[in-house]
Amino acid sequence: MVGITVRDLEISFPLYHGNARSLKKTLRDSLSGRFTQDERERVVVQALRDVTFTLNPGDRLGLVGGNGAGKTTLLRALAGIYEPVGGSVTVTGHIGTLLDPSLGMNMELTGRENIRLRGMFAGLSATQISAVEQDVEAFAGLGSFLDLPVQTYSSGMTVRLSFGLATAIKPDILLMDEWFMAGDASFRNRARARLETLVSQADILVLSSHMADVMVDWCNRLIWLEDGRIRMDGSPREVLEAYLGHPLEELDNKDTAPDPVLPEPDPAEPHPLP
Amino acid sequence: MDSMQNAPSTEDTQRTSQPAPVLALLPETGVSYIRHAWQDMLSGMKLARLGATLGWLDIKLRYRGSILGPFWLTASTAVMVAAMGVLYAYLMNMDVHKYLPFLTFSLVLWGFASGTLQDGCTTFTSASGLIHSARMPYSLHVLRATVRNLLTVAHNIPVVVVVFLWFAVVPAWSWTMPAACALWVFDSFMATFLLGILGTRFRDVPPIVASTLQILFFVTPILWAPELMKTGQDWLLLDPFFPLMEILRTPFTGDIVNAAIWPAALGWSAVLTVVTFALFARMRARLAYWV
Repeated sequence: MVGITVRDLEISFPLYHGNARSLKKTLRDSLSGRFTQDERERVVVQALRDVTFTLNPGDRLGLVGGNGAGKTTLLRALAGIYEPVGGSVTVTGHIGTLLDPSLGMNMELTGRENIRLRGMFAGLSATQISAVEQDVEAFAGLGSFLDLPVQTYSSGMTVRLSFGLATAIKPDILLMDEWFMAGDASFRNRARARLETLVSQADILVLSSHMADVMVDWCNRLIWLEDGRIRMDGSPREVLEAYLGHPLEELDNKDTAPDPVLPEPDPAEPHPLP
Repeated sequence: MDSMQNAPSTEDTQRTSQPAPVLALLPETGVSYIRHAWQDMLSGMKLARLGATLGWLDIKLRYRGSILGPFWLTASTAVMVAAMGVLYAYLMNMDVHKYLPFLTFSLVLWGFASGTLQDGCTTFTSASGLIHSARMPYSLHVLRATVRNLLTVAHNIPVVVVVFLWFAVVPAWSWTMPAACALWVFDSFMATFLLGILGTRFRDVPPIVASTLQILFFVTPILWAPELMKTGQDWLLLDPFFPLMEILRTPFTGDIVNAAIWPAALGWSAVLTVVTFALFARMRARLAYWV
């Protein structure tokens, strides 16, 4: 059965650059407990600590938290890109990743060539690849741009292409980072229709976002990450209200209101919205 | 607005009917280092078609917008061989009919070796976008780089063919030719892998490799035939490039083969393979953290 089990996950990045000794001294004096030393006395940044949760078919998990809270790292750990330093990650099912807008696409190749490459990576036959090609062509609505290099696309077009592609090769589990907000409102409606089809087939979605309305609409569970730890785990409304520090009523008539962007907990580190 | 997009994509052909794969990730211990490294190699080979396509597209993109395209490389090799062949044959008092085919073949092989090693250092760092976007076998990136370098050296084959025809050199067919070619392909894969890992962790590796190659270019019999060494030719076996050059060069140019050449070539290849595999097994899980 499709599922994700994460137990006591720890991910830490070694810091190889710079003068390790003076760096250690500075860090010891100044910063929080996220910088520590491993058994070989190297300075490491603990990106994730003691993360434990289980996801079952139908779960749509949202990740909230400030910049550097570990959202993208957690998504990459679930995708098997970062293997655990401690604890374990067990993922059952085909994984689809939408972790960065370029999606590992070669920007110099045309959209069509990139679709072919993805199909080959997924181990599809030639006929399946052309089916995917048609599907993506219909969804992304790029017209003749599909035969131009991806670097000539606007960011919204790139997003439409990669989103269509990641969801055309039907994954059981879809991991999405917040960048897909680059699409316009009509794109997000279409994306939602497509995602709901996927999720209704008992698949799992894990999504990180800064947009409260997206979280409430798309997710049925939210995890709030802070400093690499789970601060809160619960229903979207409950977690968002705690995270934002105010009730969510104004979101109910969001059709007229502009998309509310979650406040940045750390103003010194502004997040560039796409 | 949603009318056409709302229709769920009906192509369910993509959904595979096999049971869902299980990806269980734990910190590596003991045998799991070796098992996972081996699995990575196997799944990389299963994606050979993708690796070859990526390598081919790299070459295709390199020449987009260029008039002479791939033939720049052919032309520059031809000019270099013509100029150096005549000059050095004169300087070293050698028969140009004997020296020029030797030099052509040596330079093309060396070009492949040094190109592979220098390109190898950036195998993973240049693929960081792919590595961070989805889990895929690391050997796929190595395969891609190897295919790219093999296609590059293929551009120089016309120069070798023309020189051999011009000087009427007839390669003596023997079983060692395909065997030597296979060993070269295998070794270039392994060397790319090794330098790829080292180059990811230590950013000083590319300049070290570049300067080492420069020394080896003059120390290895590339510009000069090994016969020019009156005594102590066996010392050359300590240079890993020498036996590898010789196993491929001697059948083509018709020179005499030193009996110790093949054992030395196989020995160096075995060392390379063991070191590469051991390093990859140890570092595989860390590569994504470094790129």
